[in-house]
Amino acid sequence: MVTEQEIWKYLTEVPDPEIPVLSVVDLGVVRKVDLSEDEIKVTITPTYSGCPAMKRMEDDIVEKLNEKGFGKVSVELVLSPAWTTDWITEEARIKLREYGIAPPENEPDKSVLFANPIVVPCPKCGSNNTRMVSQFGSTACKAHYQCNDCLEPFDYFKCLR
Amino acid sequence: MDKNLFEYLLRLGDDSLILGHRLSEWCGHGPILEEDIALTNIALDLIGQTNSILEYAGKVEGAGRNADSLAFLRFDKDYKNCLLVEQPNGDFGVTILRQFFFDAYRVPLFTMLQNSSDEQLAAIAEKSLKETRYHLKHSSEWVIRLGDGTDESHARIQSALDDLWRYTDELFFSDETDADLKARNIIPDAAAVKTEWQKTVQAVLTEATLSVPTNNWKFEGGRKGLHSEHLGYILAELQFMQRAYPNMEW
Repeated sequence: MVTEQEIWKYLTEVPDPEIPVLSVVDLGVVRKVDLSEDEIKVTITPTYSGCPAMKRMEDDIVEKLNEKGFGKVSVELVLSPAWTTDWITEEARIKLREYGIAPPENEPDKSVLFANPIVVPCPKCGSNNTRMVSQFGSTACKAHYQCNDCLEPFDYFKCLR
Repeated sequence: MDKNLFEYLLRLGDDSLILGHRLSEWCGHGPILEEDIALTNIALDLIGQTNSILEYAGKVEGAGRNADSLAFLRFDKDYKNCLLVEQPNGDFGVTILRQFFFDAYRVPLFTMLQNSSDEQLAAIAEKSLKETRYHLKHSSEWVIRLGDGTDESHARIQSALDDLWRYTDELFFSDETDADLKARNIIPDAAAVKTEWQKTVQAVLTEATLSVPTNNWKFEGGRKGLHSEHLGYILAELQFMQRAYPNMEW
């Protein structure tokens, strides 16, 4: 009899299609695993409403569990509670940095319109002397930054909460 | 079927759909690469929100329609978006000001909708609010930069303001549909949303050294399906594939 824990372990082998160093579990997208007699139900939540990777994650989860010998797998998408970057694990933050993407910082509430810009350290050289190039980057979840010291352009996984 | 809830979801979903489509027209045409990417990112969020809202609308209606059939297979009078979102992109100033008016409305609306007695609508609002705060931050900063920028940028965004102002009142349109939903605590009071909108708009326009037109001429009609000529052209493009190749998928 398979345990829930085993299923969670298999799910850590499903990579985020856009940031392959992270799994769907690292990202905090998988919310729940339900086992019944003949079916596995995985509940996921989208990072952003329009994130095109969600459908791919759904398919990849089903494919991975089929591959592990589970025939009947369903994936359910729920919106609440809404995903937040706070659910990205500590380990995943280290992986992100090593991959060249700055992990989310502890940002102030977005409802404060004219808040001071946050400091995002460069994932390459560690300098705090960086600047935001654009609040919107290569994917919905990232902003575009550049390091003023080593000049490295980099992605910042922006804080969502 | 809960007819009023269905109607409201169409209004909410069509606003996202039509503005998302309008922004997507900027793809490859942005004034700078970063803005091209920003506008299309915002478009993506809006289309994602549309998907959640219209999918739910289809369930509420219970007639077998889903987000796709509602987005692609209705006639113009069945779209319930406000007139503001269907206005042409114009120059970057027009696009960014239209966006600002919309974002400043959506942030308090989603904030209040989080408390909706309708669970699914509350969940959609909770999700969308987080994204919309980024949109508002982006559009406000540009309104200030352009308004308090060069003579040219100031003149252009002031002209956009003079043109678009007449469409803003419709954001707070309220009829018997809203009254019923309000009574059931499904939606907030439009006047409460308006108060928050006015605060944001006033703060940003002041900082941007822009002035609101003194004439009080207002347009409305979108919520009742009466649109400006622009919607037909949008739909011609939006619906082309489904009309030319019915039920096609890819």
